[in-house]
Amino acid sequence: MIKFEKVSKVYSGTKSPAVDSLSFTVPTGEICTLVGPSGCGKTTSLKMVNRLIEPTSGDILVLDEEGELVNILDIDPIQLRRKIGYVIQQIGLFPHRTIYENIATVPKLLKWKEKRIRQRAQELLEMTNMPVEFLDRYPHELSGGQRQRIGVARGMAVDPPVMLMDEPFGAIDPINRNLLQNEFLRLQEEIKKTILFVTHDIDEAIKMSDKICILNVGGILEQFDTPANILANPKNEFVEDFVGADRALKQLNLIHVEEVMDHDPLLATGTQSAEETLRMMRAQELRTIYVVDDKKRLKGYVTRRSLRDKTGQIDEFLQPSEVAIPLATTLRDAFSEMLVLDYAYVCVVDSQQRVHGLLSTEMIQQAITDSRTSADEED
Amino acid sequence: MGVQAQDFKNITLSDVLNWTLIPVIVVIVVMLLYTQVLQPIAPGSMEANIIGSPESGFGNVVDAVGEHLRLILISTALAIATGVPAGILITREGFKDFSGLILAVANFGQSVPSIAILALFMGILGLGATTAIFALWLYALLPIVRNTATGIEGVPQSVIEAAVGMGMTRRQILFQIELPLAFPVMFAGMRTAAVINVGTAALGAFIGAGGLGDFIITGIPLRRDSMVLIGAGLTAVLAILTDWILGKIQNYLVISRTSST
Repeated sequence: MIKFEKVSKVYSGTKSPAVDSLSFTVPTGEICTLVGPSGCGKTTSLKMVNRLIEPTSGDILVLDEEGELVNILDIDPIQLRRKIGYVIQQIGLFPHRTIYENIATVPKLLKWKEKRIRQRAQELLEMTNMPVEFLDRYPHELSGGQRQRIGVARGMAVDPPVMLMDEPFGAIDPINRNLLQNEFLRLQEEIKKTILFVTHDIDEAIKMSDKICILNVGGILEQFDTPANILANPKNEFVEDFVGADRALKQLNLIHVEEVMDHDPLLATGTQSAEETLRMMRAQELRTIYVVDDKKRLKGYVTRRSLRDKTGQIDEFLQPSEVAIPLATTLRDAFSEMLVLDYAYVCVVDSQQRVHGLLSTEMIQQAITDSRTSADEED
Repeated sequence: MGVQAQDFKNITLSDVLNWTLIPVIVVIVVMLLYTQVLQPIAPGSMEANIIGSPESGFGNVVDAVGEHLRLILISTALAIATGVPAGILITREGFKDFSGLILAVANFGQSVPSIAILALFMGILGLGATTAIFALWLYALLPIVRNTATGIEGVPQSVIEAAVGMGMTRRQILFQIELPLAFPVMFAGMRTAAVINVGTAALGAFIGAGGLGDFIITGIPLRRDSMVLIGAGLTAVLAILTDWILGKIQNYLVISRTSST
């Protein structure tokens, strides 16, 4: 847990505060993102947690190993920093040291045994999807995305309960950024760190966060809430502008297809006869129907027209399905794909192409309506 | 990053020249000096008294080279011992204000002609090797102080921020991060200082510090070309060799520490 209590920072030589009486709490195991325009004090707030910047007033409390809330001002800054993971945008890998030595930095400061460090370094590379051979390489031998993974691994070296991440994926190209974000979210499911995350990108904030802290210039907290609530109920005009006019679309990022799809759609099996299938479709007023094999694997689809006046198994009249959406897809990605393909509904499949459900544009629309009303009720 | 066998296949003509040109030139110059200048010296002549002759041997030349090297080694070592800490100091928080002052002192040493520095300190410290070493020290200070500071300031800010953020102490950051990363630049400064000092040390003879300069300043008024040639030729050879050897070491350091973040 990280707790800000009326934290302010006024830089010497300036009158207006960079951070103004900021209070919020990041619950243990959650990612909280500080987001806002430049000059909103998001990085300043982050750096106050490991005392790279000292607050002018207020308290910051963190949960220590014994499960007690302690004021960071009562801990020696050097010791404090060794216990808090720190990842920055420019990564700051030590160019004259190998990947192993880079990862070993904090463990060595904490006097870990060589064997334990080696074991931990290997574990971290596996966790971040990197080959163990990289341990003996130098940072300049790695690509940008690989260096950033090492930066994250180095930050997690001693398994700190609290991590600070300052635009960790900001300098990476969009494709790799998306990849790294997904990898990190998957990792977070396992490691459950308490993370304070800084970004200027609201989309990244929505994607990565359990809670978002929207800051305005001068370090004023405009809204602190879950991504869904911020999108559904922006507190004021500033937040509304900041999240953007497409906030309804952005909400689709928060919902996965599994949550809204029809889990028990009407499907045909390839061995069915054409006449029977046609009857089935007429009864349900379907123009097309997806066809699966005996293991529920997607084989294609048939249309009413293609079956008209035909006899025999429908396998013969099958048209291959060009697209099926994987289970973990967000509604936004699914919707976008459906628009591109001009499909009214698509199959949702797992990694073995087994059909788990059916998604239609109406279901997406319904999901948006539902999420709005449920957010309203919470208010 | 060890050298692999296939690396040897890519050796070009310029690599070969790079490694052999200077040593070959040095050997030729030394041979020419020996056969054309030293061997013809007649026993009992004025040259023989000062330089030596083939019969009596050239112990004086060897001694002079030794004295010369001693001047350079001691003064450069002192310049490193003082210049590196000074260079570090002016990059520290709180001492940055003094960087102008320290660089000005070092600049003074560098910009005043070396002969003037020798003359200046002769008045205070008297004749002899000590004065020459002091002047050479002052002369070598600037490149070392400046390159130390430049090297440390050249360490990427992100690297320092990461080091601080991970809980390294100032001392750990200096010795484990800043100095290793600044070292190639610092070494370049030491190389410059050493090479400058080889030439400047020849002037030490004016204030009785010995070294190869002795042959030159004795030879000029006596109009004995052989003395001047030996003094000047060997000084040049020393300077070229110093530069070449240190250059090779520098290349090795830079290549094996290729850095980018």
